[in-house]
Amino acid sequence: MNLRGTWTLFKRETHRFLKVNMQTVAAPALTAILYLIVFRYAMGDRQVPGMEVDYFTFLIPGLAMMTMLQNAFANTSSSIVIGKVMNVHIYLLMAPLSAIEMVIAFLAAAVLRAVIVATVFLLVLTPFVDLSIHHFGLVLVYGICGSIIMGGMGLIGGMWSENFDSMSMVNNFIILPLTFLSGVFYSIKQLPPLWQQASHFNPFFYLIDGFRHGFLGVGDSDPFLSIGIVAGFALATVLTCWHLWRIGWRLKE
Amino acid sequence: MTPVALSVNRLCKSYSNGKEALKGISLSVPEGSFFALLGPNGAGKSTLINIMADTVVPTSGSIEFLGHDMFSERLWCKGNIGVVPQEVAFDPFFTPREVLSMVCGLYGQKPDMNWINDLLERLELAEYADKNTRQLSGGMRRRLLVAQALVHRPPLVVLDEPTAGVDVKLRRRLWYYMRELNASGTTILLTTHYLEEAEELCDHVAIIDRGNVITSSGMEKLLHEVAGSYLWLRYRDGWELGAADAEALSEFNPRMHEGQLCLTLNRMHLRQSTFHHAYESAMQRFGPPLDAGVCEEDLEDVFLRLTREEAV
Repeated sequence: MNLRGTWTLFKRETHRFLKVNMQTVAAPALTAILYLIVFRYAMGDRQVPGMEVDYFTFLIPGLAMMTMLQNAFANTSSSIVIGKVMNVHIYLLMAPLSAIEMVIAFLAAAVLRAVIVATVFLLVLTPFVDLSIHHFGLVLVYGICGSIIMGGMGLIGGMWSENFDSMSMVNNFIILPLTFLSGVFYSIKQLPPLWQQASHFNPFFYLIDGFRHGFLGVGDSDPFLSIGIVAGFALATVLTCWHLWRIGWRLKE
Repeated sequence: MTPVALSVNRLCKSYSNGKEALKGISLSVPEGSFFALLGPNGAGKSTLINIMADTVVPTSGSIEFLGHDMFSERLWCKGNIGVVPQEVAFDPFFTPREVLSMVCGLYGQKPDMNWINDLLERLELAEYADKNTRQLSGGMRRRLLVAQALVHRPPLVVLDEPTAGVDVKLRRRLWYYMRELNASGTTILLTTHYLEEAEELCDHVAIIDRGNVITSSGMEKLLHEVAGSYLWLRYRDGWELGAADAEALSEFNPRMHEGQLCLTLNRMHLRQSTFHHAYESAMQRFGPPLDAGVCEEDLEDVFLRLTREEAV
């Protein structure tokens, strides 16, 4: 086990986003805050149907989670694509790190970025809103599983992409719709029955809902049942990344 | 017999586009040697090197490296090879010093700052050690690439055209440094298109072409045994060797080189009689030349002759 190598790669991946933290931490936190302000004034004090919370309170954890998911994805995918485009990924392929060590280092850095961005977002909000957490364990499990899943998706997406164009295609046509349609901005109980059913097939729905449940104590699904789905999905993502890295999928000729 | 550092056995590689880059190459690189891997563009040199770097997956065959099977003991082998790839590329986020300590870490070693400073010093990068890699000139980046391959002190260093597009002064410096490295016991595998470079630096040589090894031996042995002498003849400007003439002179392996007709003189006979025979044959067909002479083949001539013979 090359622990020092894994640690070094983790540090490199962390270093990459911290060096440009305005772009990777401050900007996404600001975007989430803008969403919040806009919806606050558009929706007023309206209550979320079927839940004992107002829309504003409902929105905060969902936005925090969406931001985490998007940033975890961005961290791994941009690293791999930049590496491929600039041809520096060969140094990673040459390094004596096993596939699982590579995957662990990449995912750990993605989780760290997601946690930092979400923390910044929530810290900015604390003076203005009451951010009581109903069940911290749920917040932690969903937050970390979600970041692992999206970090892993970012790895896979990055390996698949040949350039920035195909990368942004994955981001705009798969990741963004799935996160937007996962119940960040609405409770799925507000949807027509068909779309309620469809939402249950969107893995992001369970992530957002469970994470929000941790904050508010209410949600659209049983959070402890969903943990099984989410954890299974995270494990499957890690195993897929491991396998793809081991065969050098779209990285080696 | 010297122990073998690297032994390549019947290595094949077919790319997904159907191109057969290596057709069962076998080579053996003695420990401590300075080994030149030569071949024209597209011969398969980089494919072989990229397989060692684990950026290309071979179709079949094996490589043994210091007694370890390269494909089943990948991580050990990777940790003991330093590769300088052909293309110069850097992560734009780091300085040379950061790059070197990071590479050290990836290879599982605690960065040895004395050694890193020493490398930066010797490769004349000390002044730029803490500047962003984007600010480095082409030559400095090339040297940083060399430093990067050496920072974990591997017993085998593979350099893929390290002097391509590099000015004369820097090329000399890199030569000096590679020699020093080799003298300290490191085995070096070098690919280059500058044959005088290979002749100057290397003690072993393999020539590959179209995925096959054409010849592989000690440099002196190659120059002594394979290299012959040839007769060159110059006719008027624009003179061309016709197909019928080439056929008639085929025993001398006729070829045009820099506007001159070259005829190989056979070593098996006494030189004089071969020379006489070749000269007479050319005279008969083309008349007296404007100028003529006899040359000993250097590595470039041998290279051109061998890779040309393959093409026929």
